[in-house]
Amino acid sequence: MSAKKSILIINQSAPYGSSNGRESLDLALTCSIFEMPVSLLFVGDGLYQLINNQSPEQLQMKKHEAMLSALPMYDIDQIYVTAEDLSENGLTENDLAMPVTLIQRDVIASLIQQNDSVLTF
Amino acid sequence: MTLHVINKTPSNLPLYHRMLNGLSAGDGILLIEDAVYAGLSAHQALFEGLPIDIKLGALEADIQARGLTHRLSPTFTLVNDKAFVQLSCEHDKVVSWY
Repeated sequence: MSAKKSILIINQSAPYGSSNGRESLDLALTCSIFEMPVSLLFVGDGLYQLINNQSPEQLQMKKHEAMLSALPMYDIDQIYVTAEDLSENGLTENDLAMPVTLIQRDVIASLIQQNDSVLTF
Repeated sequence: MTLHVINKTPSNLPLYHRMLNGLSAGDGILLIEDAVYAGLSAHQALFEGLPIDIKLGALEADIQARGLTHRLSPTFTLVNDKAFVQLSCEHDKVVSWY
């Protein structure tokens, strides 16, 4: 049997304004169930998905941050954020809902090369 | 007096420039939906050099949903749904930038 294909999911959409973030998580969890190695990159507006203390009760939507907290249970721990996106938004790792691996923006090209498939949301 | 309502993240820079270009003294800007991220202190350079007496607001429900309650620049006033309606009535025109 051939080795499982690895997948990189690039998240570049803010939460709540569109369903992209939720759909990307559905995909990540599904791939993980099929034992595919999953990496998640949150870049550009995608960084906003990770900001902590979200409270969408008034919008009557599910808390995105809470859905992200399911990732470790699915053994998804390759979660990347760029240091440039954090600093451009005046944020630090303490503003994020979960532990991430900080990378420089110029590492993204090698992340794309290392993975067999890449999908963007 | 015009109320300018914008709903995209500050990474849509041309949209912000189009809105700012359309401002007159005394107008209001209201950030809603994904635009509330423009209220982060780190993005305040966007609003430098505005005409005089521009009121800045951000929709409270959208701020809370996105975890920005304690991260909003103090130059912005929190606006709830009721105040949004009131602002819409107080201004002669409402222009949506999206």
